[in-house]
Amino acid sequence: MNVLLDHLADFREGFIGTVLLTFASGLLAMVLGVIIAGFRVSPVPPLRMFGTAWVTLFRNTPLTLLFLVAWFVVPVVFVPGLSPWMKALLALSFYTSAFVCEAIRSGINTVPLGQAEAARSLGMSFSQTLRLIVLPQATRTVIPPLSSIFIALTKNSAIAGAFSVTELFGVQKMLSDQGFTITWIFLWVALGYLVITFSISGLFRLLERRLGVAR
Amino acid sequence: MKFRTSASAAVLATLALALTACGGESGNAGDKPAGESTGANAPKLPTYAVASGVKVDSATLKKAQQAGKLVVGAKNDQPYLGFEDTTGKRSGFDVEIAKMVAADLGFKPEQLEFKTVDSNVRETTISKGEVDLYVGTYTINDERKKQVGFAGPYFKAGADLLVRKDEKGITGPDSLKGKTVCSIKGSTPLQEIKKPKYGAKTVELSKYSECVQQLLNNEVDAVTTDDAILKGYAAQRPAKLKVIGQPFTEEPYGVGMNKDDKALRDAVNDALEKHEKNGDYKKAYDATLGLSGSPYAEPPAVERY
Repeated sequence: MNVLLDHLADFREGFIGTVLLTFASGLLAMVLGVIIAGFRVSPVPPLRMFGTAWVTLFRNTPLTLLFLVAWFVVPVVFVPGLSPWMKALLALSFYTSAFVCEAIRSGINTVPLGQAEAARSLGMSFSQTLRLIVLPQATRTVIPPLSSIFIALTKNSAIAGAFSVTELFGVQKMLSDQGFTITWIFLWVALGYLVITFSISGLFRLLERRLGVAR
Repeated sequence: MKFRTSASAAVLATLALALTACGGESGNAGDKPAGESTGANAPKLPTYAVASGVKVDSATLKKAQQAGKLVVGAKNDQPYLGFEDTTGKRSGFDVEIAKMVAADLGFKPEQLEFKTVDSNVRETTISKGEVDLYVGTYTINDERKKQVGFAGPYFKAGADLLVRKDEKGITGPDSLKGKTVCSIKGSTPLQEIKKPKYGAKTVELSKYSECVQQLLNNEVDAVTTDDAILKGYAAQRPAKLKVIGQPFTEEPYGVGMNKDDKALRDAVNDALEKHEKNGDYKKAYDATLGLSGSPYAEPPAVERY
């Protein structure tokens, strides 16, 4: 109990760190995921190939390895001098974007083909069809899997703690090193994660209710 | 088509894996130093004369003599200090210290058994008797003296900075303003460097080898920890790295053992003093940490208590 009160500042910083990192990489993963999903269902073969390669690569690489790539390959080959936080953001959002993409693609696949055909026959372009007809209908289907993906992202963000980012799990490591009772530290850290993941699932349940449409 | 894209993705992933492998725990000696131990004029490791008929009134030693082997706790991930290569061969300055002490206690090199013990379980391992002696960057302090006995100090280490060979801007801890310093999470030197008076930015990773890789990639400007550990990395890559040599903390390294075994403590102290006097100590340093180009310093006087 005391460990929380004595190190409230550390816990608070860690909690805020986890929330910020999760939120930012969730946002970026969402944007990337939608774009890549668009690529994967597009009529242009090179884009489709790019989308497939993206998903295959990021979905099948362990996240820790992506972190190592962000730290040891990206600076040498692409952009030097990114902050640890930016590296974590890149690794987390690229990794998660592959999962988001697949969830959205499966959502798109639930929209009957007749809908897209009707849109095309009304003279809409591919992007209009996607934006106005298909995605709004697909959204309802993808909310539950997306909720799981973002909860997983919250927990995955703990890896950033080993790579110089202040976050909740790093607080556990720091305080354990100082010799506090591990049981209590774990309890508080776990509670911190629970607060975040419960908020996410609550938010998505709300969305589900709002957007739920009888088919 | 489908197959080909996933194949190329697999190739990409493998490439990334191969590239990051250099960031992992690398067991090679980096760029071959001029004083590589294979060279003709390289400093040679000394051999130690094994004493015979050693009689010391020590429970630990008697047990080891009966078993016919001495178990020594060590580190396995510190190049030129306490390192174990892929074949299981151990090398480094701490390992040499263990060998010279063991020789004076009457154990031949093949009767010496090393056991890797990490920092956080050192006291427990020693007090439970799982190792007879412990030699591995073990800083002597009062808190630890309550749990284990120390012979030595055999080396005076201190927090220092490792920088790139061509670094001009960093001359010591006071010239770190706006520079980025890397160390491992929770290390003491890092807590020091974090103080506002230095004005340095810090990066915390989980292995020193990762920090060294970041330094080589120009992503950080310096790595901080005990100078002995840093010298080991500099000895691995003397053409690329150097140690500043301005220690800003004091870390006297000792040989850990059972807290109440005064006889053994005296025997180890005698051994250390003997080898420091007869030149073995300096030879061992020159062939290990000395390869970093850091000058040899006289060993500190042992403290008997």
